[in-house]
Amino acid sequence: MTDPNTDRDLDAEKSAAQAETEAEDQGIEPIPEPEGETELIETDYEIGQDNLAASWTLKFDIHQVVFTWSAFAIMAFIVLTLAFQNEVEPLFTGLRNWLTGNLDWFFLLSGNIFVLLCLALIVSPLGKIRLGGPEATADYGYIGWFSMLFAAGMGIGLMFFGVSEPLSHYSTAFGGVTVGEDGVRTDWAPLGGAEGNVEQATRLGMAATIFHWGLHPWAIYAVVALALALFSYNKGLPLTLRSAFYPIFGERIWGWPGHVVDILAVFATIFGLATSLGIGAQQASAGLNQLFGLGTGTGMLVALIIFITAIAIVSILRGLDGGVKLLSEVNIALAGLLLLFVVLAGATTDILRDFFANLGAYGQYLPALSMPFGREDANFSQGWTAFYWAWWISWSPFVGMFIARVSRGRTVREFLIAVLIVPTVLSVLWMTALGGTAISQVVNDGVTSVQGAALELQLFEMLAQLPLAAITSFVAIVLVLVFFITSSDSGSLVIDTIAAGGKINAPVVQRVFWAIVEALVAIALLLGGGLIALQAMAVSTGLPFTLVLLAACYAIVRGLMNEPR
Amino acid sequence: MYRKIVIPVDLAHLGDLAKAMQTAADLARLYSIPVVYVAVAGTVPDEVARTPEEHAEKLRALAREQGERHGHEASAHPLHSADPQGELNRLLRATTAELGADLVVMASHKPALLDWLLPSHGGSVAEHSEASVFVVR
Repeated sequence: MTDPNTDRDLDAEKSAAQAETEAEDQGIEPIPEPEGETELIETDYEIGQDNLAASWTLKFDIHQVVFTWSAFAIMAFIVLTLAFQNEVEPLFTGLRNWLTGNLDWFFLLSGNIFVLLCLALIVSPLGKIRLGGPEATADYGYIGWFSMLFAAGMGIGLMFFGVSEPLSHYSTAFGGVTVGEDGVRTDWAPLGGAEGNVEQATRLGMAATIFHWGLHPWAIYAVVALALALFSYNKGLPLTLRSAFYPIFGERIWGWPGHVVDILAVFATIFGLATSLGIGAQQASAGLNQLFGLGTGTGMLVALIIFITAIAIVSILRGLDGGVKLLSEVNIALAGLLLLFVVLAGATTDILRDFFANLGAYGQYLPALSMPFGREDANFSQGWTAFYWAWWISWSPFVGMFIARVSRGRTVREFLIAVLIVPTVLSVLWMTALGGTAISQVVNDGVTSVQGAALELQLFEMLAQLPLAAITSFVAIVLVLVFFITSSDSGSLVIDTIAAGGKINAPVVQRVFWAIVEALVAIALLLGGGLIALQAMAVSTGLPFTLVLLAACYAIVRGLMNEPR
Repeated sequence: MYRKIVIPVDLAHLGDLAKAMQTAADLARLYSIPVVYVAVAGTVPDEVARTPEEHAEKLRALAREQGERHGHEASAHPLHSADPQGELNRLLRATTAELGADLVVMASHKPALLDWLLPSHGGSVAEHSEASVFVVR
């Protein structure tokens, strides 16, 4: 006999699933449809059927083809890069330059499609559809959710480029158009520049920066994340990139077409992460050197990478809630404090006024900046914009899958507003505060140290002009390091999920394995040379992924329209 | 002596759990106390279920079947998490306390070389839980 009191005790859970249990146990009503109506895709594929799960010193559970080929390709690439440095680097940088130079229109056009699709979905009736079914409840509250979106999406980039990019675009715009002997523009100014006009150059510089950190990158992430979330939570397919292709390839996604997409995703993610680790270690060590004079030698860089990875492993072992989520929240709070400090210590009223002015400038220049055809500012549109788009797109499997992982229970509209609009507004604020302060230091105070500093030092040089520089610089270094830890942690989570065929319950030690691989790749290429080749390689994967994303757009629309409304 | 037993189960590896479930059933009959079957589902589809609710349904069926077969009081307590592997130990500890259970019976692999780095779930729960923990090898 069941004791009713015990049962009530047990079922004292807040979630909807629990409420259903209670109702069912007491026989009040028939079992309701679990999550409400969704269009589950019927497939013969059983998740994990191609996996190899065994115990060999440690338990593991991996997708045989994806894991094996990814691991093999990574090894091969590193060996080749180290062995043929002089040949490999020009080859990949050449490939990247060719892609961004000749297919810039394709990247820009695709970027615009992603933004338009996302904006259209926000206002369309499809926006009402809930990820995980009509009755699903959100796994994470707003603060934890936003923090993770931001930390995964671009936390580290905002630290690196928050000062240097606005300053760079301002300077080139101020310098105006210069034409070489062959009649080709040699300047890097966005659009037509604003020669000698401080106010216009500032506006254009800020608009160009916000363009690169605003709607477009987030739309790229949103497309991947939405496709993954929809096909996994609502359609019942495994959480890997290939699932988004079901509407196009059908059952064939379980074979090689799917393997290729997943392997490519692992490849792009691990190389993107390793490059970031290498380059990020350089920024952190530059900052530490400025503050404590610790030097920036290779030994220091390797030590930093090992340190970051060690903390990341601790974070991995603490799980998603106890690790990435906690660190993301801490870091967003720290970033908020730094932002507040710069606003208060800098020209407070100017920054607040400029926030709206920059938003206006962004709106004004957006059509021209995002124009894929007939561009005259080739250096800017190819060297900056197309490069950025390829870079964001190569990051998108990683960030997109992580966003999907934490976004269950949100409606499509809520999801897109949170992934697209909120981060864009915050980016505008961040760039206005940091970049705007730096520009004003140059223009009004005649400070030259920031502009003259190396890229990775410009943030610290800008802070040095404000009070309490020692403290704020230290906070900035901590921010850089923690963003790296969260990247390494969430990156390992994502790679492991893909390499385990979409299973999120594979042994945690596999994530530790991937975190160590990332660190080893970064260290090997830092010592042996080849980080540049690696970065070029990672950016080059932007091209195939652009095709993947375009297909995902189609899949999203098809998938959403098939959902019961 | 005991009030309530919690038995964490992994529906994907039920075959490895026979001994632990038998142990829990025997103890439940000995003390005439209820057994709560606890499982943590992932939020994405896996080999067990495609939604957390489907997973919960399977867990309830298991609890019913075990309760009928062994003649003890059985109920299910399904949980879900975006990171079921990473959060498992924490969730089990919290749930045991929340359910007011004072005995945990769980299957675990044999101690292995790398346990110092990554302790088994059984070991980790035993280390931190206020309840008695019966680790079944």
